[in-house]
Amino acid sequence: MQAIRYEAPGSVDDAVRLMQADPEARVLAGGTDLLIQCRAGGRRPTAFIDIKRIPELVDITVDAQGLRLGAATPAADVSADEHLRQRWPGLAEAAALIGSMQIQGRGSVGGNLCNASPAADTPCPLIVNRAVCVIAGPQGRRTVEAEDFISSPGQNVLGSGEFLAGLLLPLPAPSTADAYLRLTPRSEMDIAVVGAAVSVTLDHSGICTAARVALAAVAPTPVLVPDAAHALIGTPMDPAALDRAAEAARAAARPIDDKRGTVAYRRQVAGVLTKRAAAIACERARGN
Amino acid sequence: MSRIHVETTINGEPAEFLCSGEDTLLTALRDTLSLTGTKEGCSTGDCGACSVLLDGRLVPGCLVLAAEVEGRTVTTVEGIADRDSLHPVQQAFLNQAALQCGICTPGFMVAAKALLDANPDPTEQEARYWLAGNLCRCTGYDKIIRAVLDAAADMRKATA
Repeated sequence: MQAIRYEAPGSVDDAVRLMQADPEARVLAGGTDLLIQCRAGGRRPTAFIDIKRIPELVDITVDAQGLRLGAATPAADVSADEHLRQRWPGLAEAAALIGSMQIQGRGSVGGNLCNASPAADTPCPLIVNRAVCVIAGPQGRRTVEAEDFISSPGQNVLGSGEFLAGLLLPLPAPSTADAYLRLTPRSEMDIAVVGAAVSVTLDHSGICTAARVALAAVAPTPVLVPDAAHALIGTPMDPAALDRAAEAARAAARPIDDKRGTVAYRRQVAGVLTKRAAAIACERARGN
Repeated sequence: MSRIHVETTINGEPAEFLCSGEDTLLTALRDTLSLTGTKEGCSTGDCGACSVLLDGRLVPGCLVLAAEVEGRTVTTVEGIADRDSLHPVQQAFLNQAALQCGICTPGFMVAAKALLDANPDPTEQEARYWLAGNLCRCTGYDKIIRAVLDAAADMRKATA
């Protein structure tokens, strides 16, 4: 069997060159999905291109533009960063839910998105926060909105020689906040039966002026639910509005039956979590 | 097959070894460097038996490539004691008899050290969440958690 090479480029350009020279090479971030897939008999790459030696790929910057998150930044850093937690608590709480502390020391938000699991926790908070994916490749850099990045289970829009370099989240408007909730049978070390991310913006009188709702694990890819957002916009986020958002979430869910839950259960939970996450986001937005 | 030469620091000492591009830190530690305190459990990042510190960060040794530790700092269970005196976590595991077969124990100790480095005064709930990625199939977890909380109290007393 051919030995797998290990490369640790120090810049995005060097990583692009290495990828271009070898179409069978794979980019390695935390390895919590890739290494396991390789060992489980997945396609054997010719090389691991470790992008964690590229400073901007393991960096968190919060400034007037918003958040610049290096794609390979470990989840543990994302959930621990004070500035990030303050403005995007939903993203931070999703990062803190992935696997164990050990896994969070390796696995990244960028990798979680690229792996494209229907049940992944961080894609939905990225989507409700209008995250933009910065993709590096032979043609330079291009951007794709987070909701368009995942194409089907395990598949994303990255082309040959391309990799996810980072995520850009615009600074939230005043009185804006997000929240992420998921249901798992166990409190730790489990995968979402359903996840719900909500972002809301309130005006000075507490009326919701903008909202985004996204659901995980209820369809082949994360689902953005504009109807749930519309149910919240223009309301004081009162119980009736939350109920209408829950109804829209149930209607948008297209789950499957499996060992983790039935279609009926997942639909029901999608509504419940949407309502609860919206209430938490609203509470946080009032405090911002 | 070309081998990769890695220079690193393990338990405070310079170390070097040869590995292949797909060797894990876990196999390099155990099979090449004979540091067999770090245990192999699931090798899929689920059980915590291979927990080590990489630049002070808690990671599963089975999901770190050996070549990645070039120029980094690795701490294994062999490196947490202070020469002749056990780390307070190790002493507390002995005092509480917080082990049976011992396979999970090094991983628990390294993970517990990482917890107490980050949070010297964890609640029981915080300790249980932090250690959720370390599985023990013998003892149940009560003695382990008691040992970790005892060690935390000892360490706070020592620095007070």
